[in-house]
Amino acid sequence: MKATYSAVSASSHSHPAPAAGPPASSGGITRTEVLQIEGMTCASCSNFVQRALTRTPGVTQATVNLASEKATVEFDPARIDSAGLKAAVEQAGYAVHDAVAPVTPGLLASDDELAARKAAAYQQLKRRFQVAVGLALVIMPLSMLMLWPALMSRISMPVLNYVLLLLTVPVLLYSGREFYVSAWNGLRHRTASMDTLIAVGTGAAFLYSLATTVVPDFFRQRGLVPEVYYDTTATIIALILLGKVLESRAKAQTSAAIKALIGLQAKTARLIRNGQEVDVPLEQVRPGDEVLVRPGEKVATDGIILAGHSALDESMLTGESLPVEKTAGDPVFGATLNKTGSFRFRVSKVGTDTMLARIVKLVEEAQGSRAPIQRLADQVSAVFVPVVMLVAIATFVVWFDVAAPAQRLPLALVNFVAVLIIACPCALGLATPTAIMVGTGKGAEYGVLIRNAEALEKAYRVNTVLLDKTGTITRGEPGVMDYVPAATAPADTLARLAALERQSEHPLAEAVVRYADEQRADRLEATGFQAHEGRGAAATVAGSEVLIGNRRLLTEQRVALPPELEQAAEELLRQARTVLYAAIDGQAVALLGVADTVRETSREAIRHLQAEGIEVVIMTGDNQQTAAAVAAQVGITRFFADVLPEGKAGKVKELQAEGRTVAMVGDGINDAPALAQADVGLAIGSGTDVAMEAAGITLMRSDLRGVVTAIDLSRQTIRTIRQNLFFAFLYNVLGIPLAAGVLYPFTGWLLSPMIAAGAMALSSVSVLTNSLRLRAFRPE
Amino acid sequence: MDSAQLIVTMLGLGLMGFVGWFFFLAPHQVAAAVSSGSGIQEVAITVKGGYSPNVVEVRQGQPVQLNFYRDEDNSCSEELLLPDFNIRRELAPFQTTSIEFLPQQAGTFIFTCGMGILRGQVVVR
Repeated sequence: MKATYSAVSASSHSHPAPAAGPPASSGGITRTEVLQIEGMTCASCSNFVQRALTRTPGVTQATVNLASEKATVEFDPARIDSAGLKAAVEQAGYAVHDAVAPVTPGLLASDDELAARKAAAYQQLKRRFQVAVGLALVIMPLSMLMLWPALMSRISMPVLNYVLLLLTVPVLLYSGREFYVSAWNGLRHRTASMDTLIAVGTGAAFLYSLATTVVPDFFRQRGLVPEVYYDTTATIIALILLGKVLESRAKAQTSAAIKALIGLQAKTARLIRNGQEVDVPLEQVRPGDEVLVRPGEKVATDGIILAGHSALDESMLTGESLPVEKTAGDPVFGATLNKTGSFRFRVSKVGTDTMLARIVKLVEEAQGSRAPIQRLADQVSAVFVPVVMLVAIATFVVWFDVAAPAQRLPLALVNFVAVLIIACPCALGLATPTAIMVGTGKGAEYGVLIRNAEALEKAYRVNTVLLDKTGTITRGEPGVMDYVPAATAPADTLARLAALERQSEHPLAEAVVRYADEQRADRLEATGFQAHEGRGAAATVAGSEVLIGNRRLLTEQRVALPPELEQAAEELLRQARTVLYAAIDGQAVALLGVADTVRETSREAIRHLQAEGIEVVIMTGDNQQTAAAVAAQVGITRFFADVLPEGKAGKVKELQAEGRTVAMVGDGINDAPALAQADVGLAIGSGTDVAMEAAGITLMRSDLRGVVTAIDLSRQTIRTIRQNLFFAFLYNVLGIPLAAGVLYPFTGWLLSPMIAAGAMALSSVSVLTNSLRLRAFRPE
Repeated sequence: MDSAQLIVTMLGLGLMGFVGWFFFLAPHQVAAAVSSGSGIQEVAITVKGGYSPNVVEVRQGQPVQLNFYRDEDNSCSEELLLPDFNIRRELAPFQTTSIEFLPQQAGTFIFTCGMGILRGQVVVR
């Protein structure tokens, strides 16, 4: 991550955008700029640069930060410019690093430099590992020569030991250097890490071996065999480095989702300026600009379509796999893909305001959040390393005190080293966050944005889902469910009704037109359209007088309802339909039953939730009958009808009072209090227009299957975390006593430090790999 | 128990006492934030096997900028977590990474490395 520029009030850097540079003025207006200074090594350097800048004419104030290598300069733009400031710094003997940072504040920066540094560090780690392995492969067989007495009799033991020493020193100083440096640095801050354990463990083995090599007689005089542990030292370092190599490879994959999201943004946009098409870098695009998008191109940023229409693939943002039809007036979003047509749009948002940037920010924040489940692991890791050191010292003392005199020093030493090496605080630390990172990233891929780890953890425990009816289960727009023509009705009744309704803008009229189109009714022309406010409409179609509306309209127009239609109307009303009555030339001809249509996906999602043992409850402002009808359609038995908006949170409480863990699904705007009251709030958005900050989990498309995905994902993630924590705790709880030799009195088992190193190297990788399994998650 | 055992036992117990005191009881390095002209409280923290200073005092309600200079490329310190503010950030080796947040409430907030071993505290007053 590059240094950010938050302290800058009107930063300009070397702004290439002609439109953005504020006009130079001399009316005492100062500008602030941040310079990246190179070459400062100490506090006196920064003081020097600061003085040089302050004395430059036109500069009103300058502060230089050594740690961040930044100079914040306030200056009068009429008297000096960026080039002048740069010259002043260069005159003082330092260089100004031209800001390569993105110039549009907050544009998503995929940090190439950070990536490059990480790649270099990884290469180095690999080299250090290779050297350690290469040397350990020589040291190991040499140390085993004593297994062949015939061979040993020809080789001088002291010479062999010196050879081994010579081979081990590079492993320590080159491959293992980091452990010692880091341990030392940590001790200076009274911090102990895994490096401390490795440094102390291998250091002790090495120093003991060094002593037995240099002064073997000292040991012989005390009745001890001057054994060396060079193979142990080298092998431990090689194995731990192996663990680190594997770990660093796996860890890079945990944050892959965010990188993929950032990588989605377009690099350039085709602006229309003065009737000309110009390709400009994305950073230069400003709200209000007009952008042209051709088929197959990426939409550069967020905006509203001015002209043209197309189908857009928005799956990268919403998880919706089908392209979305868009036309003039519809919003488009940066990073989505234009499929079929060309269109022009007016830019409404750039940089951090865009949908993509908001998604990235949300996912990043979720990945930085802490899950309550890891509290214990956190408490343990805080004291883990010092406690292991205490255990290791105690192990040494006990073995020294109880073992046979000739064996006590080597046994104490070997077990001391084994305890230090087997302990793995990393597995404990990695158990939760890596799973959260993979889980939240995976959610974003399917349009399920998880706000923080806590929401994920709560979703795991949900046993009741409360759905707000309108807009979640149903489309929120009426549809014709029943068409009941009278026996005497002419064959083209539906076509005539549609011709009349086409003239109207009433939502019910639209439903009739849609239905007629679905039934492939003929298209007729209507003339003399007349709206009857609050009752219906009339017009002349194919020479006859057509009438459609409510019962009152028919009564007013003195149209009688034949018994068959009367009966059908009663039946429809019982099913909670809104009934439309139609007449042609004063004769009642048909009834239409209209109702809010249930989304096809709702039924499937609800069945899925029920199959997972979750009770689904509906809540709606509609009357008892309508609510019952919708509930029956989607297979729900429990519902709350006639709920006023302010009563929604109360219903959530009611369910919670029954001891349920409630997930509330709503649109995030009208039911914010209910979402907040629920254990987990899921805001469901139509398209990408959704209040993301309103709820613990945001579903990027109006599809209840997102609720299933969110709950399934949370269940899998938390299950993974539990496995990880269980493994990490068990590993340490069993491994440390085993290494200390508690089984020795009973079974004679001791753990070789080399095996301890292998176990330790694999333990954190196992946890990481387990977390990465979540990448295989697919919504059902 | 011979003299060697006695010496080792005494030394061991002494060392254990020292380790306990050194990591748990000894006082920590504390730094108070310096407010810049723009009203942002800035603290420079060096990351090298740990955080120094590892206790940072800031005032409530004013934006804070922690400038972490990572003076090593040891992978242990490559991530920085400030979970109470939902922050997880990668620290580039030998570079300064600024982390900004607004402390709305008084209290002690932990910042740690990616694995929760290296630790520091932000004390909001």
